[in-house]
Amino acid sequence: MSQTVIDIQNLLFQWPGREGFRLSIPNFQVDRGERVFLQGASGSGKSTLLSLLGGVLVPQQGRLQVLDTDLTRMTSSERDRFRVDHVGLLFQQFNLVPYLSVRENVILPCRFSQRRRGRALESADSLELSADRLLGQLGLDSTYAQQRVTSLSVGQQQRVAAARSLMGHPDLIIADEPTSALDADRQSEFLNVLLGRCNEEGVTLIFVSHDQRLAHHFNRSINLSELCSFNAGPV
Amino acid sequence: MRPLLFLAFASAWNRRTTLGLMAISIGLSVMLLLGVEQLRTQARESFSQSISGTDLVVGARTSPIQLMLYAVFRLGDATHNIRWSSYQTISQHPSVSWSVPISLGDSHRGFAVIGTTTDYFEYFRYADRRLLAFSSGKPFVDIFDAVVGADVAQQLGYQLGDSIILNHGAGGMGLSDHADKPFRVSGILKRTGLSVDRSVHISLEAIEAIHLDWQGGAPMPGLSIPAEYVRKFDLAPKEITAIFIGLKSRAGVFQMQRYINQYKTEPLLAVLPGVALDELWSVVSIVEKSLLAISALVVGVGLSGLVAVVLAGLGERRRELAVLRSVGAGPGVVFMLLAIEGLMVVVAGSLIGLSGLMVLSMFATPILETHLGISLATWTLSAESWKLLLIVMATGFLVSLIPGYRAYRISLADGLTPRL
Repeated sequence: MSQTVIDIQNLLFQWPGREGFRLSIPNFQVDRGERVFLQGASGSGKSTLLSLLGGVLVPQQGRLQVLDTDLTRMTSSERDRFRVDHVGLLFQQFNLVPYLSVRENVILPCRFSQRRRGRALESADSLELSADRLLGQLGLDSTYAQQRVTSLSVGQQQRVAAARSLMGHPDLIIADEPTSALDADRQSEFLNVLLGRCNEEGVTLIFVSHDQRLAHHFNRSINLSELCSFNAGPV
Repeated sequence: MRPLLFLAFASAWNRRTTLGLMAISIGLSVMLLLGVEQLRTQARESFSQSISGTDLVVGARTSPIQLMLYAVFRLGDATHNIRWSSYQTISQHPSVSWSVPISLGDSHRGFAVIGTTTDYFEYFRYADRRLLAFSSGKPFVDIFDAVVGADVAQQLGYQLGDSIILNHGAGGMGLSDHADKPFRVSGILKRTGLSVDRSVHISLEAIEAIHLDWQGGAPMPGLSIPAEYVRKFDLAPKEITAIFIGLKSRAGVFQMQRYINQYKTEPLLAVLPGVALDELWSVVSIVEKSLLAISALVVGVGLSGLVAVVLAGLGERRRELAVLRSVGAGPGVVFMLLAIEGLMVVVAGSLIGLSGLMVLSMFATPILETHLGISLATWTLSAESWKLLLIVMATGFLVSLIPGYRAYRISLADGLTPRL
């Protein structure tokens, strides 16, 4: 497997039926183990890019390879499978399934992916132990494991979501403003644990935020407007 | 499949109050539907089993349905009687193989008293040509002997040799009774599930005997004939209410029917019990069918309620669906999740309905048997009921596909980020 995790060339995406909106990325590569900070104002096409990387959307033109896999040549169910096998996703807020316990939320990707399940069991005797260990590493001790996620604070919920995105050792984590609901102290605390885990597990991280102040935590920082020739108005 | 069921259960458990209420309302509608169906089947069964092997039922001229009602079901009263001489003429007709006269009009604590001959126990058949059988004792021999049906014996706690007092007319309140002439229980019949169970059988002579000192439906003032003297009187019956006739050959049945219907001396009516039962049932079945239709509608209302509830909940679950997609659940899984949830509620509802019906029928069986004569004693579901239950569940699954499809569309449109 090559060192390139994400390879985008001459990509063009247009929402069907919405003429005005285009996202075009001439060239974008991310290497294995990189932790990339993608900065962009809201409405700048961040979510669209993440949906493309996550395999929910498909570009009309260009090359879109994730982990040497051409997403444009896959069916939507193949992309669903690929996503859960290789990509951990982390969102701004409300990442969790409200009716499952903290532990069950963390295990969730392993319920849908044999690969993630197998990888989680490589380093632990059971999925539960693996989840509890990840939670512990993110600062949530075992007393939280059985709790309902709705009883946690927003900061704690984001840690659970982070643990879930790391569960079963995915190759790539895509985080969409996971810290925007946290206050400044919590933000850097959260970032530190997340980056620490990614570092130790050798996971590639794409971190999207509008907040330039967070950029110094990352070894590479890109402004989305530099990356894309993006057009939100009429062409 | 396993994560799917687990998630569906967890999700349903999370909204257990709403879904539980939904399941209960579906349960009640299923209970109604199955209850009506059970009643219907049982009623039709006891109905069609009420008489068998009798070729003609004869009474004074009235409508065939009314004749069946009072002669077979002991419902209502005869307007006229048949003269004993007419009975003798008819019973001696060459094509008649056997004939059983019955005389109605008296009662015993709410149960019909029927005056007849011992031929009744020999020829009257029900269900699949079954004869009446005695659980103890034997047919009446003495004038004041009585044979009671299974329900009479059970409900009034009668044993062989017990003394009973008959009432005049249908009233259970003994204002004008035959207290001066008590009867002795000589036999108890086995249960049949028919009106026989709720009848007291005495001889035609006994009917005459208890009315010796009566005239025009009331005791004659100043005249009282003690029981020990009745044997000195002529106890030959003067009138009877109806006749059950068996023919030597069924082929002659229409000829015999015409003969009786054109009987010169008095206006009589002969009916073929099978034909009359069908006619009677077709009257009842309108009610029965509309009841079934109404309960089917109620189930429909329950199921649409389920769809409405699940659909309404979908709006607030968009985030949850997006999260599930982000951890690898495809739109197909989301679809199944919602469909399974609906199906679970329908299955739970059906189980609630089924067990509710069991409990209810345990309490209702004695009441129904006493008041309507409908026996629910064997309470296994009929094939028809199982079919209905399966239809309900299948329909439930089909309508659950509606929220499933809606969730599928939502999760396709939303992708990983819910639009609220």
